[in-house]
Amino acid sequence: MVTDVPTIRTRLADAPATDPAATPPQASPPHLVARDFHLFYGSNEALKGVSLEIPARTVTAIIGPSGCGKSTLLRSFNRMNDLIPNVRVTGELRISELNVLARDTDVVDLRRRVGMVFQRPNPFPKSIFENVVFGLRLLGVKDRGELEVRAEDSLRRAALWDEVKDRLDHSAMALSGGQQQRLCIARSMAIEPEVLLMDEPASALDPTATARVEELILELKSRYTIVVVTHNMQQAARVSDRTAFMMQGELVEFGDTRQLFTSPHKKLTEDYITGRFG
Amino acid sequence: MTPLPIRPGVNMARHRRMQRLREEFIAWVLRACAFSAVAGLLLIMIFVFREALPIFTSAETQREATFGGFFTVPNWQPVSDHPKYGIIPILIGTFKIVAVAMVFSVPVAVLAALFASEFASPRLREILKPTIEMLAGIPSVVLGFFALMVMASWIQSVTGSPVRLNALNAGLALSLGVLPTVFTVCEDALRAVPKSYREASLALGASRWQTAWRVTLPAASAGVAAGVLLGLARATGETMIVLMASGNAALGTASVFDSARTLSATIAAELAEVVVGSPHYSVLFFLGALLFLITFVINVAAGLLVDRLRRRLAGA
Repeated sequence: MVTDVPTIRTRLADAPATDPAATPPQASPPHLVARDFHLFYGSNEALKGVSLEIPARTVTAIIGPSGCGKSTLLRSFNRMNDLIPNVRVTGELRISELNVLARDTDVVDLRRRVGMVFQRPNPFPKSIFENVVFGLRLLGVKDRGELEVRAEDSLRRAALWDEVKDRLDHSAMALSGGQQQRLCIARSMAIEPEVLLMDEPASALDPTATARVEELILELKSRYTIVVVTHNMQQAARVSDRTAFMMQGELVEFGDTRQLFTSPHKKLTEDYITGRFG
Repeated sequence: MTPLPIRPGVNMARHRRMQRLREEFIAWVLRACAFSAVAGLLLIMIFVFREALPIFTSAETQREATFGGFFTVPNWQPVSDHPKYGIIPILIGTFKIVAVAMVFSVPVAVLAALFASEFASPRLREILKPTIEMLAGIPSVVLGFFALMVMASWIQSVTGSPVRLNALNAGLALSLGVLPTVFTVCEDALRAVPKSYREASLALGASRWQTAWRVTLPAASAGVAAGVLLGLARATGETMIVLMASGNAALGTASVFDSARTLSATIAAELAEVVVGSPHYSVLFFLGALLFLITFVINVAAGLLVDRLRRRLAGA
């Protein structure tokens, strides 16, 4: 099935325009919703009834110790967990009106609306250009001019254009790790998703590249709803509006980032952010 | 920590010397094994080329068979009062049969490998892979016999060809022999593609087929190319299947419905009855040397191609 790219763009334009600076994030209708969401790997319950509402065009960080289920939760929103055998889910996940977990939900369409950036940069062993336009080609865009315009647009938004504009036909594998990760971000933005899920996007990068990715996240939130999983609490504090703290498959606390880091409601949260464990 | 107990009466210096000698001995045995394989290859090469040499050096041999004559004489009639050694019909036959084998085996093998690595459930793959690889374990004489008795009649009834044993029959039988080689190498290459590529593709909204075709297969192209060329080398050298299934007439026509004869089958069929040292004998060794060169060139080309693809994928 070929979805017309312009309709994706139109849908984005029709979405309620919220200016995050003017209105508190809570005022807009939630974009991502989880209600009593459970996930089992076989008989092992990895997520134990997570409920949260994420407003549109904000950055939400999910923090917590290794194995707490933060990546699993993130990967549930675009159903990447479908790839793992023996996964069972209950509860509800929504992206705007779309019921993510429903049997008749078109996973391909869902993943076009929900972009994902992975922990390790994973550009395809193709040219830089072909990486960026990969999703567009999937949508059936063949016009060279349009592909070029959209590739440039995405690369500019990912703050990579100036570094690669003269070598778009070179292999993406020759880029540095940080450049590769920004290329992956450009690649997911090229098909105009509504949501960007980032699974520890900077954990494989050096400090300079990390800073660039963080700057990018802040710039991108005016267009996308961003959810970032990170094990780095300073990073969560720097980039996010709201932070969710998870432990052992449960959402312990979810709220305004500054509040969560300065005066957490829960003792467990306080213990974690002050480094008493984790 | 307590020191290790040393048995009284053991001369440590002597003990160490013995140990060092043993190490050296083992290293030498291993080295000898490795080099004997290389030496075997070299000896075979030298022998084959030496036996073919009279074509270029002996005036007596050249009265019957010359290097230039191989490519200008139109017929292959080695056993006659006026023997003719034109190898063009044999080269055409080899090419025809190998081409048929590759045309049928490569798409099936590559797509089967794609299915096994990208679509089959782990359980199905556990059954599929060994089964296809078992095909490689069938002795080629059995495949040849099957082609001779069963496939030939079947192909004749389908195509209405006047000859039972022809290039099509031999090529199809040969494709069965080549298929597992290409399949195994391709499947290994596909499975070696990092999972992260597939995840990236799926997360961008690609279907499983789109992911397999646009990401996994291109990423494995070096291995797939290696598999195809390995199959090509194997098809060119394979003897028993073509000897039994091709009809063995050195006709040199373009049609796959005519009988054909390959380099390898010619050597196998004629070498046992030839007078050692005769011109015919030298010519057969020349064919052997030619076959050796062809497979050598394919293997080198495979190596270079794989190297280049791999470098391109790595971004050099």
